[in-house]
Amino acid sequence: MEDSEGRSKTANGRGSGLVTALLLVPTTAWYLFLLVVPLGILIVFSLGTRTDVGGYSPGLTLQNYADLPTRWPAFQNTLTLALIGTILCALVAYPLAYYLATRAGQKRTVLLILVILPFWTSFLVRTYAWLQILGANGIPSLLQTLGVEPRPVFLNTHAAVLLGIVYNYLPLMVFPLYVSLERLDKRLIEASKDLGANRLRTFFQVTLPLTAPGLVSGALLVFIPMMGEYIIPSILGGGKIYFVGNALVDLYLQSRNWPLGSAAAIGLIALVVLTATVYLRLTRVSSQRDVSLL
Amino acid sequence: MTAGTLTPQVPARPRHRRVRNPGLGADRVFRAHSGLVFLFLYVPIGLVVLFSFTAGEHAGEMRGLSLRWYGEAFTNQFVTRALSSSLQVGLLTAVLSTTFGTIAALALQRVRPRLRAAYDTLTYIAIVIPGIVIGIASLVFFVNVFGFLNPLLAGAWPSVLGEAPKLAPGLQTIVGAHTVFAMALVIVLIRARLAGMDRTLGEASADLFATPWRTFRQITLPQLSPAILAGFLLSFTFSFDEYVITSFVKGNVTTLPIYVFSSIRRPPVKPDINAIATVILAFTLLMLLSGWLIYRRGARRAGASPVAPDATVDV
Repeated sequence: MEDSEGRSKTANGRGSGLVTALLLVPTTAWYLFLLVVPLGILIVFSLGTRTDVGGYSPGLTLQNYADLPTRWPAFQNTLTLALIGTILCALVAYPLAYYLATRAGQKRTVLLILVILPFWTSFLVRTYAWLQILGANGIPSLLQTLGVEPRPVFLNTHAAVLLGIVYNYLPLMVFPLYVSLERLDKRLIEASKDLGANRLRTFFQVTLPLTAPGLVSGALLVFIPMMGEYIIPSILGGGKIYFVGNALVDLYLQSRNWPLGSAAAIGLIALVVLTATVYLRLTRVSSQRDVSLL
Repeated sequence: MTAGTLTPQVPARPRHRRVRNPGLGADRVFRAHSGLVFLFLYVPIGLVVLFSFTAGEHAGEMRGLSLRWYGEAFTNQFVTRALSSSLQVGLLTAVLSTTFGTIAALALQRVRPRLRAAYDTLTYIAIVIPGIVIGIASLVFFVNVFGFLNPLLAGAWPSVLGEAPKLAPGLQTIVGAHTVFAMALVIVLIRARLAGMDRTLGEASADLFATPWRTFRQITLPQLSPAILAGFLLSFTFSFDEYVITSFVKGNVTTLPIYVFSSIRRPPVKPDINAIATVILAFTLLMLLSGWLIYRRGARRAGASPVAPDATVDV
């Protein structure tokens, strides 16, 4: 009895091992051929040199990485706008998340869905909407009829791109903030008030520190996609506001400098992966802390 | 320290005054702020929808009401062809990524931790890397692979069959590149669901001599189906709307986002773009809402079944 059971288990184990391997075949193929190999090619290209007519010729040099500072304005622009955009998202999202978590009552589920819904509708359409609003026939012409002369220009400015990224990524900031505010022990706020602290002091000394993990999660969650943004600066920045993504397209398709383009792509990946890794570490630490607090 | 020494320090009256009135005031401020944020989120989308019903000639103005631009948009061959390409790409991507992602997530439960960690890293890379990088890398990959394969194919092709087919970017390359991200998304969703699932049911089923396949079909799959559906809908929505990666690997194919993007880059924009945008919005909203409703119903049922009272009473 025991023997037969043991035997059937090993047979079963071997069979299911084969099944497991088979189930992983498509994913492995996809990740290997359409993720690992292409990224590997980028790394190889970034070590090569450019031929006279553009493209790539094999080599082993770090010159492209040494040349990266020539594209520094794009990196600087990206980092600055993504940082300001993240701060703006936090300023707008915090009170909203606070309202939803503490004061919205029964409506909160519906309101939360309404917050995230635009994020999953067409990205292109949402950005196009702002193109119309900020374009010559939108707010500028409205202001002109109200007597503002000369007609102001909003499109193709840093502010327009900033507005676009805040608009598009705001929903991602609300969720982690909502979760941390919802979990916040309300008795701590009562205690702070009972001890004579006013609202402002209670906020800065109790609420904000306790919701810091949510704030950091939200910040990184919007900062990461903002860094890789390409559509918004192309539509609302009109090719004048450069993100790393726009620089990449230029290097690849216009100047055909594939090696330098690859080095810039690797630079962008490094920035994104670094930020995302910090995010994962922090969320892991904060969830451990939550558990220990319980 | 005793409670007695603490009490006098609490100023009773001013506290009350401070809390009550500004409390109501603060409530109003929060409410107003939230109202403004919702306006900020929805007014731009609403304007696109509103302006799609104009009878005028320009995209940014409202002259009378008509469905004229819907007619113009959807009798335009370029638009209908782009719509059909987008639907094909979205559907194929959703089917492939949901199937592959689901079976991979199931398999990953049973592999060694180190191997699982390797797959998790790749999933995480696929999600986190910007679309623009994936697009460029895929383009370079396809150009090289096709450049290598096409001469081989031409050489090996029997001349009786006529001219050798030439591999080129098109629908397949778009679907291939989209599936990387969409599959990673499905894997994350399914693995989260699997982690939250009650394992005892599966074990009980095995103890009751059900075959692994039967356990899967009768226990695992019903619990998993809401997540599978959510994965399908999200992959479809992502792929249907994707512009950046598509623009690199599309070859001669024009999808709807490609059409919209190239039209809005060439002013003046005609109102037919608003009509197309409205249809895209309505379509994605419909998908998401139905998906959410099904997910919620399924999750509630799956969540309720392990502690179903009648089951315990029956035993």
